[in-house]
Amino acid sequence: MPARTMFEKIWDTHLVHQESGRPALLYIDLQLVHEVTSPQAFEGLRLAGRKVRQPGRTFATMDHNVPTTDRSLPILDPIAKQQMQTLTDNCKEFGVTLYDLNSEHQGIVHVIGPELGLTQPGMTIVCGDSHTSTHGAFGALAFGIGTSEVEHVLATQCLLQSKAKTMEIRCDGRFSPGVTAKDLVLAIIGTIGTAGGTGYVLEYTGECIRALSMEERMTVCNMSIEGGARAGMIAPDETTFEYIKGRQFAPKDFEQAVARWKEFQSDEGAVYDKTVTIDVAALAPQVTWGTTPAMVADVTRNVPSPGDFTAEVEQKTVEHALAYMGLKAGTPITDIRLDRVFIGSCTNARIEDLRAAAKVLDGKRVASHVHAMVVPGSQHIKKQAEAEGLADVFRSAGFEWREAGCSMCLAMNPDVLEPGERCASTSNRNFEGRQGKGGRTHLVSPSMAAAAAIEGHFVDIRDWN
Amino acid sequence: MEPFRVHQGLVAPLDRAHVDTDQIIPKQFLKRIERTGFGQFCFFDWRYLDDNLTPNPAFVLNEPRYKGASILLARENFGCGSSREHAPWALSEYGFRVIIAPSYADIFYNNCFKNGMLPITLAHETVDDLFRRVHAKEGHRFTVDLTTNTIEVDDDHTLSFEVDDYRRKSLLEGLDEIGITLQSEEKISAFEAEYAG
Repeated sequence: MPARTMFEKIWDTHLVHQESGRPALLYIDLQLVHEVTSPQAFEGLRLAGRKVRQPGRTFATMDHNVPTTDRSLPILDPIAKQQMQTLTDNCKEFGVTLYDLNSEHQGIVHVIGPELGLTQPGMTIVCGDSHTSTHGAFGALAFGIGTSEVEHVLATQCLLQSKAKTMEIRCDGRFSPGVTAKDLVLAIIGTIGTAGGTGYVLEYTGECIRALSMEERMTVCNMSIEGGARAGMIAPDETTFEYIKGRQFAPKDFEQAVARWKEFQSDEGAVYDKTVTIDVAALAPQVTWGTTPAMVADVTRNVPSPGDFTAEVEQKTVEHALAYMGLKAGTPITDIRLDRVFIGSCTNARIEDLRAAAKVLDGKRVASHVHAMVVPGSQHIKKQAEAEGLADVFRSAGFEWREAGCSMCLAMNPDVLEPGERCASTSNRNFEGRQGKGGRTHLVSPSMAAAAAIEGHFVDIRDWN
Repeated sequence: MEPFRVHQGLVAPLDRAHVDTDQIIPKQFLKRIERTGFGQFCFFDWRYLDDNLTPNPAFVLNEPRYKGASILLARENFGCGSSREHAPWALSEYGFRVIIAPSYADIFYNNCFKNGMLPITLAHETVDDLFRRVHAKEGHRFTVDLTTNTIEVDDDHTLSFEVDDYRRKSLLEGLDEIGITLQSEEKISAFEAEYAG
């Protein structure tokens, strides 16, 4: 057999059927479900008189819509409440396990999958959410799908797929102090562009990736979609196996599973359709200044001007972005003043992210004009952070300490920016209106967000104390 | 799904690159549990002024000359961001049956076909030219014919486009994909019986 990439190996082991001139029929190991993109899929099943084929491969939680305030209080938004109730009813009717608002396992769908040990190497994983790419950190092929496809997988446990091309993102070297996985993935997106990965599955390789923790790998894979790639993946290794070991849904015969998982590595000599190399040692902390994640710069730089770009369409896009962001070309990034700070999301709301932010905040106070909040990725993380004393650090620094959910990453719940408010956010998208109509989002790492909260403007975490 | 064969309609130009699905249908409208009712909120944040009531006169789709448009001319990487199928639902209910752009985000592109909407990919220069033509002539209509893979732009100007054979057939026939996959029931069951993962 010719040398294959990890993606090709997973593809081959899940191929149910391939007819020429048609997309492949691919078996799906795990579907994760949440309240926003599933109601129409379940309704479709009901109308056609179909069942969920494999309820045991289907897990649901509530995350997008949920309030992050006191869970004992009633939900004030009647439409959000109805959507959550609909998920409850659907899961009951179709026999799907649900971790609802009152469950100790509730959290952001891409945080709880790995946390519960559901996410495993070599799997195919889908969810009606573009950040499903997160699970690729475990050496799984994981990607976001639309609601019609959610219904397709519920009914058939399969998906019609055309084979994507492969792109290796080789990350050579090691981080200098203060530079994180978030800075790496922002720099990658800055390099390939928001559509650079369209049609590709990314595989992150190299010395830097091998040294990353699972939390850091998830941060990197999570934002693959912001570079246009539906999936990003990292070959499993001891770090991966160690993370999964002992978790609720980890395989009973763990050693046997590990032996099988070890096969999901790209073979020596496997050919990628494209390779991009990143010099990690040269990376600085990153801050986005515009309205796509690719509009990003080193914290030491200035806000660019439309004239810095060559194509006319690009110049216009930058002009729009600066107008929306209320930024003047040439302004040093460190002069950008903030109103809000948000630490959370499926990109950066795991325990390591909270530890990194708390380390920066310890013994300090948030600037008086800044409103700051932390939203842990899951109930488990919340509890763990409370046990480790991190919650106290956040509270003493003046941060609000909230319940788990997607919160202000997409601002479907009441956590929203006011028009014109400027926010340093550890989330994944800085699109216009993403965090609230007229809101201005700058994407950064958790430690950069924490330091910005204290100073009230961005700082270079490398020379700040 | 309603089949798509030939569509003639007014063209509206949306001259912005990287239009993401948060613009097409902002998140505050994703709480509905139906597939319908999203058209009224399509491009909401661009379409209305800050009072959320008054149409924004600066937004191109609010110009009287583009009222009733059913073909959207767009720029690169259209539909990037979130996987929400609410985006094609909203566009479709607003009245669009065809989108023409140099490139699309993968998930959005895929979602269009599931909803009887045809996203056509053309070269950058060709799209540039179409923008010029649509700006120049009020009431410009195209005829998009999926049976011949052509767009009649003007009487003397017809373009051809390519689309994957399977997707084309699905649209032409309005196929029920789940129904088709379920015809492979034996193959799926055989796979599951053998499958170790």
